[in-house]
Amino acid sequence: MDFSQAFWVLLLGSLLGLELIGKVPPTLHTPLMSGANAISGITMLAALTLIITAKNNLPLLIIGSISLGFALFNVVGGFVVTDRMLAMFNRKPSKKLK
Amino acid sequence: MNVSLIQSFINLIAVLLLALGIKGLSKVRSAKEANRLAAFAMFLSIIGLLTYYLGKPGEGITQQSWLWIIIGTFIGSLLGAILAKRVPMTSMPETVALFNGCGGMSSLLVAIGVIFFQRNETFIQDISILISIFVGSITFSGSIIAMAKLQGWLSTPSWTQSKIRHLINISIAIISLVAFLNLIQSVNTSTIWLLVISSTILGIGVTLPIGGADMPVVISLLNSYSGIAAAAAGFVVGSQLLIVAGAMVGAAGLILTQVMCKGMNRSLVSVLFGGTLSSQSKKLDSGGEYKNITSCSVEECALTLEAANKVIIVPGYGLAVAQAQHTLREVAKILEQNDIDVSYAIHPVAGRMPGHMNVLLAEADVPYEQLKEMDNINPDFPATDVVLVLGANDVVNPQAKSDQNSPLYGMPVLDVQEARTVFVIKRGMSAGYSGIKNDLFDLPNTSMVFGDAKQVLSELMAELKELGVGAK
Repeated sequence: MDFSQAFWVLLLGSLLGLELIGKVPPTLHTPLMSGANAISGITMLAALTLIITAKNNLPLLIIGSISLGFALFNVVGGFVVTDRMLAMFNRKPSKKLK
Repeated sequence: MNVSLIQSFINLIAVLLLALGIKGLSKVRSAKEANRLAAFAMFLSIIGLLTYYLGKPGEGITQQSWLWIIIGTFIGSLLGAILAKRVPMTSMPETVALFNGCGGMSSLLVAIGVIFFQRNETFIQDISILISIFVGSITFSGSIIAMAKLQGWLSTPSWTQSKIRHLINISIAIISLVAFLNLIQSVNTSTIWLLVISSTILGIGVTLPIGGADMPVVISLLNSYSGIAAAAAGFVVGSQLLIVAGAMVGAAGLILTQVMCKGMNRSLVSVLFGGTLSSQSKKLDSGGEYKNITSCSVEECALTLEAANKVIIVPGYGLAVAQAQHTLREVAKILEQNDIDVSYAIHPVAGRMPGHMNVLLAEADVPYEQLKEMDNINPDFPATDVVLVLGANDVVNPQAKSDQNSPLYGMPVLDVQEARTVFVIKRGMSAGYSGIKNDLFDLPNTSMVFGDAKQVLSELMAELKELGVGAK
């Protein structure tokens, strides 16, 4: 991947991010932040790449593994916690139906 | 078939799903599915990456790599899942801060791993590594400080409120910058560590002076940083998916930060550099004494409630601290059985985080229809008999509308003083987050009921039962 290509990807990604969120009801500020936070754990892919390309370099394997651990702590924890928060709001429609 | 083509295709779908996920998370109806969709997209991206390396001729994944992948995955996911399942709803904000810090740490470690062992000495990679180190360190240390402050492990040291802190932070920022520029020219180990250490200290120095009330904004901003760190890590390892996802989170995080600032009527600059509100108000506030406090017993409160037709409850952080949401729900049930109209007024920044109160009350099974947002409920206050303020303070301070000199001036507040009677249940006369005197407490129609929210509510429940309320 050459630089100009990567740069375009960065630019378009940023613009997409700016456009995605317009109005957010206050109720969803925390879950949205938490969900976006889980997505930022996408560095897990960088950590994985590091481990896979490390071959037999032990220090690199260890650094990669720790990094992967931190990233997945972020990702898994983030999504689970967001799910828990949102589960609380989801009771309302079932209540209404009753 | 070409494996890199397959990976590109998988990645494209992952990006699309992530974007839909973020979009969906900003709407109440789709939020839960959107969150799962995003989680699935992340899983998909891992599959894509593994497929690529497994299928690419001459690449493959060694057994040793698998071992370390499994170790990292197992420990990280397990700890994350356990923590996320166990943590009480009231400490959500600090949990998010902790997760966020770990994301930053991950980007930092990737950058360090690459710069020491896999550098390909291109200018672009070097710069991305340095950015990843810089932003990753700030994200990590800043998030950990934010978490410690929200947990109450750290208070705001008074020296951080003096102007010297700007000088210290600027000096540290300059050290980081010098290290950064030096590293662009030639990479050497000691300068790398200087950059790591100075940016870590910078993260601490910037976050430490910020008061508890502004923490949500800071966490949101740090969340945006961790996106930027991820995008930088994407440049480091040459992954488009990482760049897109990181940039998306970074940009969306900035917008969310802005939205939160608006809700609190604070500018981002004053949040970051203004110190705590109380230190500002000390300069401004001259006569902070209360003159006309009426305190009353739980019994009186119960009698007034019994005679009411319409009651509005204003929950705040005090309710969360006392874990009184379930008791509150019980009290509300009793009142409802007596045909008293009960609703809850939710200020957008009540609690330690926007949406905090919704989560808390939802936990106690409060029907969603009874939760009213500020703009919808403010016109109702004049027709309300009793308002119960439970551990909320600044969000019901009339100063925000009446006193132009108040640091709160301009912040949207709940007009509880319009109601016939206001009961403020509070542990003592201490000020709220902002450290500002609350004019509401001085008003003739306000009575204070001193005590822990949970205890007062259970006493209230006993009194109400004794009066025969709800005993139909």
